[in-house]
Amino acid sequence: MTSVAATGEVPGGGAAGLGRAALRRLRPSRWVINLVLVVVGAFWLLPTVSLLIISLRPEGLFTTSGWWQVFTIPSQLTLHNYKVLFSNGLAPGQVLDSLVTSLLITVPATILVTTVASLAAYSLVFGRWRGRTTIFLVVVGLMVVPVQVGLIPVTRLYRDMGSWIGWNPFGTIPGVIIFHVAFGLPFGIFLMRNFFMGIPLDLLEAGRIEGANEWTLFLRVVLPLGLPAIASLAIFQFIWVWNDLLVALVFLGGNSHQPLTIFMFDQIRTFSASYWEISTGGIVSIVVPLIVFFAFQRYFVRGVLAGAVK
Amino acid sequence: MAVIAVEDFEREAPVAPPGGAGGRLRRHMGSLLFLVPAAIWLLAIVVYPVVATVRYSLFNETATKYVGLNNYKSIFSTNSILLTFRNNVIWVLVFPFFVTFIGLTLAVLSERIRWSTAFKTIIFMPVVFSLTASALVWRTIFDTDPHVGVVNALIMTVHDWFSPPGAYPVDTSAGQTVASLASTGLRPGPHGTLLSTSTVSPGRTIELGMIGITPATLTALNAQRAAAPSPTPGAVTGLVWRDFSPSHPGAKGKVFPDEVGLPKIRLALVRATGGTAATTSTAANGQFTFSHVGAGAYRVQIQSSNFTAAFTGVFWLGTKSLTPTGQLSQTEQALLSVPLVDVAMIIAYLWVWAGFAMVVIGAGLAALNREVLEAARIDGATEWQTFRRVTVPMLMPVLIVVFVTMIINVLKIFDIIINMPPGSSQGDANTLALAMYNFGFGNGVHTGLASALAVILFVLVVPAMLWNLKKIKG
Repeated sequence: MTSVAATGEVPGGGAAGLGRAALRRLRPSRWVINLVLVVVGAFWLLPTVSLLIISLRPEGLFTTSGWWQVFTIPSQLTLHNYKVLFSNGLAPGQVLDSLVTSLLITVPATILVTTVASLAAYSLVFGRWRGRTTIFLVVVGLMVVPVQVGLIPVTRLYRDMGSWIGWNPFGTIPGVIIFHVAFGLPFGIFLMRNFFMGIPLDLLEAGRIEGANEWTLFLRVVLPLGLPAIASLAIFQFIWVWNDLLVALVFLGGNSHQPLTIFMFDQIRTFSASYWEISTGGIVSIVVPLIVFFAFQRYFVRGVLAGAVK
Repeated sequence: MAVIAVEDFEREAPVAPPGGAGGRLRRHMGSLLFLVPAAIWLLAIVVYPVVATVRYSLFNETATKYVGLNNYKSIFSTNSILLTFRNNVIWVLVFPFFVTFIGLTLAVLSERIRWSTAFKTIIFMPVVFSLTASALVWRTIFDTDPHVGVVNALIMTVHDWFSPPGAYPVDTSAGQTVASLASTGLRPGPHGTLLSTSTVSPGRTIELGMIGITPATLTALNAQRAAAPSPTPGAVTGLVWRDFSPSHPGAKGKVFPDEVGLPKIRLALVRATGGTAATTSTAANGQFTFSHVGAGAYRVQIQSSNFTAAFTGVFWLGTKSLTPTGQLSQTEQALLSVPLVDVAMIIAYLWVWAGFAMVVIGAGLAALNREVLEAARIDGATEWQTFRRVTVPMLMPVLIVVFVTMIINVLKIFDIIINMPPGSSQGDANTLALAMYNFGFGNGVHTGLASALAVILFVLVVPAMLWNLKKIKG
């Protein structure tokens, strides 16, 4: 990368001096890097900002002028589109109902994955049965299985459950949760196991000699120590499930309550280019993950780093 | 670090606890029981479906009759499904490379600034958005209407700078021609102009009739009733009017009282020998005057700038192919065209995932051995040499992790494809994962085809799975 870097040094004559100066000039100055990254940052922020502005401009202005006009005429902004969006309250199919549905899917799925994965990881790390390595490698293998592979068989499995035990989870929120947990587990177990590997065995041995059972050791020793990893997993899982479209689309078919991603999906299909109308739902849907992200940024990034293979 | 090193796999068997065989068994059972929920869950919802999907892929659309490999055969012989492979290949070839490159660049640059945390947060933010929301964002950005889509708005600004739109735009791409506007006393001239058929000299008048002008255009321009020009000594005067009378729809060539003049038409007075003598434009009633004109014979030219079409926007989310495919067969087109919508979606997806690549690579950078970098600098290596010869090779394992992760990611790409292109482009933007969903759960369900597509998807990620295992085994 070449740039006009003001090194402030005058080459002191001589071939060697000139060469050095020329090379120095190749190093981009701090000032240039700052400028470039300001531009890049603005560029990255702009799409999100534009969606926000579109959601705050009235319908009448939409086809005649672009959202960027707001920068010269800020008085265009109005909350009208949001009033329309929230006007029907919690009625099924409305945005608030979708917000609740998203939470009803995401929160249990997150709790279940972290719990079940922590238990399994405990067993894989501190258990004393043979074949733990093999099982762990199977889990690692399962990490990349595409959800597409599960969709059709699990749909049929759910239907069969209807005739076996009289409860068909298809089209219900638990049906969606069960599927999410299954496909969240391999990564969850992987992450928790890697963290538990760092806990000294001596800590557990001491407990075992005292006669503590495995459940107590799990709750009192391993879980408190594993809290950072559990937080990473929980936040990662929360955002993953919150943003899912495909699984809900398949397993919540026919239900009058749909999560936010499907609310948006339907709006995009129905209103196509009426962006002032659709953008409001988009903004509502990104607020929750943004809050979670900003509150637990460090844990989420840690989860992402560990899950770079998912 | 992205790759968590897996240390000692099975630690040494701990000292046997006191309490004899019974206690030991209970202990073993204790920790094995912890595995049960996960095992049941994974066996029922992940492992069993892998087997079942393979089996369904050998059955017909309702999973009732064994059909052998027929589903696979029809996948590879149906153009509309074949093109999903083309799209997946485009994604795999283009996306992982660019996202890794951008991630590396941003990671290296952001190390040099004080506000790197803020910068990284901004770039990373789209990773936490749902892809449905991101698709919506980029749908607006690439909207065809330059008053809505910012990309087309920028292009329009540049376009209008170089060729400002005329008052009477002719959309040649829609099959309209300038020549078709000539009605009376006009013929097509060079370079998209219209030229008077007869010559005129100072002190004489000329009447030029045009047709094919919409009433909306006339209203917008506030056109007034056409009035016959009067001769003026030393000047060429004339009229450009709309040669269409509602009361005499068939009659051409005569100025009727209910006909209007054409305002704001840019005219040039052209010498018979070539060269422009004067320019002017018409008034609201269509009249014009070239005053102080030297003696001689002239023709009046209606300039091409009157007909310059306004920029109406590039259909970024359309299916126009970047590769020339006009001469190809249907199958070749399905395999070789590169629809514009793919490019738009890849750009959107880069915006989403660059932050991920940057953060992972940034973590790798932070873990690099600073002494090696310092040594290189002290030895006189330039910034670029250090980067190229030391930083990148040392980062290679992390770059590969990002690259492979992104390959797996785009193989399964679904949300962006189902949400970003409009309905008309969806077929051409289709990917394996979306086709699988459509066959499995859309209109005209075909369980066999959908399962076969899922199996293909699975087979495609197997190399990544093995690579993962190898990496973890060390």
